[in-house]
Amino acid sequence: MSKPEFVYVTYIRTTPDQLWHALTDKDFTRRYWMDCTLTSDWKAGSRMTMAREGEVKNECVILESDPPRKLSYSWRSVFDEEMKKEKPSRVTYLIEPRGGVVKLTVTHENFAAGSRTLESVSSGWPMVLASLKSILETGEPMVLDPNRDA
Amino acid sequence: MDEVFKALADVSRRLLLDRLHARNGQTLLELCNGLDMTRQAVTKHLAILEDANLVATLRHGREKLHYLNPVPIHQIGERWIRKFEHDRLAALGTLKKQLEKRDE
Repeated sequence: MSKPEFVYVTYIRTTPDQLWHALTDKDFTRRYWMDCTLTSDWKAGSRMTMAREGEVKNECVILESDPPRKLSYSWRSVFDEEMKKEKPSRVTYLIEPRGGVVKLTVTHENFAAGSRTLESVSSGWPMVLASLKSILETGEPMVLDPNRDA
Repeated sequence: MDEVFKALADVSRRLLLDRLHARNGQTLLELCNGLDMTRQAVTKHLAILEDANLVATLRHGREKLHYLNPVPIHQIGERWIRKFEHDRLAALGTLKKQLEKRDE
């Protein structure tokens, strides 16, 4: 059992249901996720795409869906020829109520050895999660540069 | 936010974050390795970093792994840095790094 490459934690003043909505609603994701639209029916086994301006950046498959507690999907970046050849990695969201706030733990694991996707996502996650917290707590996302790769 | 600044205002704690940045997901023992600090001191520093949410921990089998969690630092950045300043600051950061050839 290899250890996860990344673990991110953020505490958000919201409810588990609102957080689940924020992670899975097509129009909502676009507002904080560097202009990316996440589209799926969010059922285990279903496909999910992350697209910007109609161009698919990441192809995913839902591995586990337990609203509003746990969501897990595979992650394959297809905007880069080398990344496209790598085996898919895995993202998991754990949503836990903690008093008046919700603890969100995001793990990203199972990257290929020497993965370029790993390099690419490591700078993206903290921005996306800070922006997610901001939009849920203040109604406004963080100002992110949509020109960088998701 | 106070907790984050307090946690960062210590050279030993910044060193621990640097070590996690170089290699994420380390046990306490791995983190202590080669450090001029007692295990008790490292444990204390890690607790402060975890309280500030700069370090996230994960149970992995029998081990407790420590991960660098940069999300709070991005929240601080969000407060004072805006989109158009970001590129200029990045350029200045690169210039400073090149001129000084070391990181603190």
